[in-house]
Amino acid sequence: MSTDWFQTSRLTQFRELLERSDVALVLTAMAAFYLLFLGIGAILNYDVAGLISILGQVTFFTAVYALIVLALNLHWGYAGLFNIGIAGFMAVGVYTMAMLTAPPTGSPPGLGLPVVVGVVGGMLAAALVGLVTALPALRLRADYLAIVTVAISEIIRLTYNSPAFSTFTLPGGIALGTGGASGIGTFPSNPIQAVYYVDPSSAASGATPIGAAIFGFFEAVFGVVRSAVIVDLTYGLVLAVVVFLVYTLLARVGNSPFGRVLKAIQEDEVVAKSLGKDTNRFKIKTFMLGCALMGLAGVLWQGFGTGAVYPQAFRPELTFYIFIAVIIGGAGSNTGSVLGGAVFANLLFLLPQYLPNIIEQTFSIQADPNNFIAAVGPIAAGEIAPLLGYILNQRLPALRFVFVGVLLIYLMQNRPEGLLGHRTETAAAVDLSEGHTPGGRTGSDLTAPDERGVDDE
Amino acid sequence: MEPYARGRQLLNDQPGLAIVAVAALLLVGDLFAKLLGGGLTATRFGGFVWDGLVIGLLIGLAGIGLSLTYSILGFANFAHGDYISWGAFSGWAVAYLLAGIDRYAAGGLLLIGAGDGPAPGDVGVSITNTPLSIVAGLVVAVGFTIGVSLLIDRAVYRPIRDADGITLLIASIGVAFALRYLIVFFFYSGRQGVTDISRVPAYEIGGVVINAHELTIVVIALVLMIGVHLLLQRSKLGKAMRAMADNRDLAQVTGIPVEGVIRTTWILGGGLAGAAGYLVVLTQGTIAYDLGWLLLLLIFAAVIMGGIGSVYGAIVGGLVIGLASRLSLIWLTGDLSSFAEPVAFGLMIFVLLFRPEGIFGGVSTA
Repeated sequence: MSTDWFQTSRLTQFRELLERSDVALVLTAMAAFYLLFLGIGAILNYDVAGLISILGQVTFFTAVYALIVLALNLHWGYAGLFNIGIAGFMAVGVYTMAMLTAPPTGSPPGLGLPVVVGVVGGMLAAALVGLVTALPALRLRADYLAIVTVAISEIIRLTYNSPAFSTFTLPGGIALGTGGASGIGTFPSNPIQAVYYVDPSSAASGATPIGAAIFGFFEAVFGVVRSAVIVDLTYGLVLAVVVFLVYTLLARVGNSPFGRVLKAIQEDEVVAKSLGKDTNRFKIKTFMLGCALMGLAGVLWQGFGTGAVYPQAFRPELTFYIFIAVIIGGAGSNTGSVLGGAVFANLLFLLPQYLPNIIEQTFSIQADPNNFIAAVGPIAAGEIAPLLGYILNQRLPALRFVFVGVLLIYLMQNRPEGLLGHRTETAAAVDLSEGHTPGGRTGSDLTAPDERGVDDE
Repeated sequence: MEPYARGRQLLNDQPGLAIVAVAALLLVGDLFAKLLGGGLTATRFGGFVWDGLVIGLLIGLAGIGLSLTYSILGFANFAHGDYISWGAFSGWAVAYLLAGIDRYAAGGLLLIGAGDGPAPGDVGVSITNTPLSIVAGLVVAVGFTIGVSLLIDRAVYRPIRDADGITLLIASIGVAFALRYLIVFFFYSGRQGVTDISRVPAYEIGGVVINAHELTIVVIALVLMIGVHLLLQRSKLGKAMRAMADNRDLAQVTGIPVEGVIRTTWILGGGLAGAAGYLVVLTQGTIAYDLGWLLLLLIFAAVIMGGIGSVYGAIVGGLVIGLASRLSLIWLTGDLSSFAEPVAFGLMIFVLLFRPEGIFGGVSTA
C-alpha cells in the first residue's frame, strides 16, 4: 500500500513539474518519442547504425516542424494573421538560397556565392515577399487574407515551375535559373558535411580532423562505420539548437514592448489603435519576421535536408500540414508550437512510414492487390488479407491524409483552441487577473502563478 | 468637365484601381491592334474565346454553390473543390460501367480503369457513341454529390454552425483532405484518360473548331443555370436565402425554416458542383483526384469577382475568369503560357484589394 501511495505522489509531482516547466514538458515529450522510435527500430531488427539513423530522423523532422510552426504561430497566434501561403514563403527562401549559391557552371546556373550569403539572402527575400503580400492584404478580412495568401503561394510555385525562368540572363550578362519543373539539383551540401569531410560534396574524400574524431568515437563506442548516419544525426542536433535559438528570440519578442502591443492587438485592436499604436505597422513587421523564419525553415528543411529543390515540394498540402501542427499545439503558445510540431512530425508523419513494415512483419501479409475491387472481392470468401495488403502496401499514405483531415475536423468541433490551447498569454508583464489559478491549483498558492504568467509562452 | 473631375477623384482615391484600369485599356487596345494588324487571326481569337466560355461556364456552375454557402453559412468552403472531384469520380464510374458492361468485368469499369481495368479507347465513352451512359453518369454525379454534401453538413458543419468563419474554414480544409484522399483510396492518385477522344466529332463554325463534348457542356450548363434562375425566382427560396445571408437569427424569428434552407442550399450547391466536376472531365478527357482542388482557386476568384452570395455574379465571374485565363494566352506565348492560371489568381487578388464587394457592387441577387 505504502509504495502505491509513494508512486502516485511521485506521479503528481511529475505532472506538476510538467505543468510548471515548459522545458520539462518538451524534454519529456521528446524522450517519449525517442523511446517509441527506438522500440520500432528494435521490432524491425535494426542494427545500431539503423537505430542512430532513426533517431536522426526523429530529431530532424521534429526540429524542422517545430521551426516552421513557431514561425506560423508568430503570424497566427501573435498577430492574428491567417496566412495559408506558408509553402510559398518557404519556396522563396530555399529557391533564393539555391539560386545565390549554385555554381555558375551548373545546370541551371547560379551565382556561386557563399552559403551564408545564400541563407541570409533567402530569409531577406522571403521577408520581402511577405512585405509585398502584407502591405495590401492586411486591409482584408481574415477569410479573404486566407484566399489571397494561398493564391500567392500558388503563383509562387507556378512561377518556379514555369519553363520561362528555368534559365534566364540578368541585365549584366549573368545567367541564373530556377530549373523549371525539375528544380535545382546542385544545392550546396549540408554544412555538417563541410565540417566532417575534406570535400563537402563527397564522403569518399576523407574526414577532416573533427570528422575523424567524431567518426572514431562512434566506431569505438557503437561500432558504427556509416558516416552518413552520423552526419544526419549531427544535422538534426544542430537544427534542435536553431529551434532553441528561434524559440528564445520569439520569447524575447513576445515579452518585449513590441510583443505586448501584439498581444494587445489580439485582445482588442481598436483599443490598441486608440492608444496611438499604428497596429498595421506592427502587423506588417510581425508578418515579415514570420516570413523570414519560414524562408529559413525552407532552407534548413527542403534545402539542406533534401539536398535538392523542386516546385512540387511546395504544394499547398505542405501548408496544411503545418497548420494542423499549429492547431494541435494551440495557436498563441510557443511551447505549444514546438510540441505540436513534434507530435505532428513523429506521430502523424514518421510513424505511418514505419507502421506497414511492423504490421507486415508481425502478421506476414503477402497479398498486394493493385485496386480496390481486387482487395474487397475476396472478403466474400472470408479472406481479409488482400484488403489489408491493399491498405498497407498501396494506400497508407492516402489514408494518413484522410486521418489528418478527420483529426482537423475533430479538433475544430471539440477543441478549437488546440490540445494545449488552454495556455494563456497575458498582455501585461505582471499577471493582473484576480484568482489566477492555472493547472487547477488553489488560490492560496499565490507566488507560483506570477512566475508562471511570465514563463508561460 | 464632369467625367474629368470624376476621373481625377478616382485617381486620388484609388490610385491602384486607376493603374489597373489603364493597364486593361492598354491590353484591349493592343488586342485590337493585333487583330487588325494580323498578329492574331480571327480564328485563333475565336478559339480562345470559345475555350474560355466553356471553362468559364463550368467555373460559374461550380461557383454558384460556393457563393451561396459562403454567404448563407458565412465561411469559405475549401472542400468545395473536392465535392467537384467526387462528382467527377462517382459520375464517370457509372458512365464507364454502363458503357462497357457488355464487354468487361464490372469491377475494373467501376474503378474507371484502376489497376488492370479497361482502357478508355476500348470502352469508347463519348457523347455520340454512348449518349445514354453519359446522361446517366451526369445524374449520378449530381445525386451522389448532393448526398456527400448533405452528409458532411450533418456530420461536420452542423455541430459547429455558430462557430466563427475561420473555425469553419479550417474544418472545411479537414473535409477537403479527407474527401480528396478517399478518392485516392478507392480509385488512384494519377491522372487517367476517360473519354474516347478519337470518337468525339468536331464541327467547324466560322473557322473555330468546336467538338461535341464542348457543345454538350455548354447546353447542359445553360440548362442548369436557367433551372437555378427559375427556382430562385419562382419560389420563396431566393428571398429566404437573402434573408439568411443578411441575418440568420432575424430570419429564424421571422419564421424562415433555417435548417431547411441550409439543406436546400447544400442540395443546390452540391448538385451543381457534382455536375461541374463531371462535365470538366468531359472537356479535359482525363480524370484526376485533385481536379476539383486545382479548380477551386479559380472558382474562388469567380465568386469573389461576382460578389459573394450572388448567383448571377458567380456565373458572370466564372465567364470573366475563364475568358481571362484563355485570352491571356494571346500575350503569354511560348514558355510564358504556363502563366495563364497565375493571371486568373492575380485578377482575383486585384478584385479583393480594390473592390472586395465584387465588381457588381455587392448587389446580392441570390
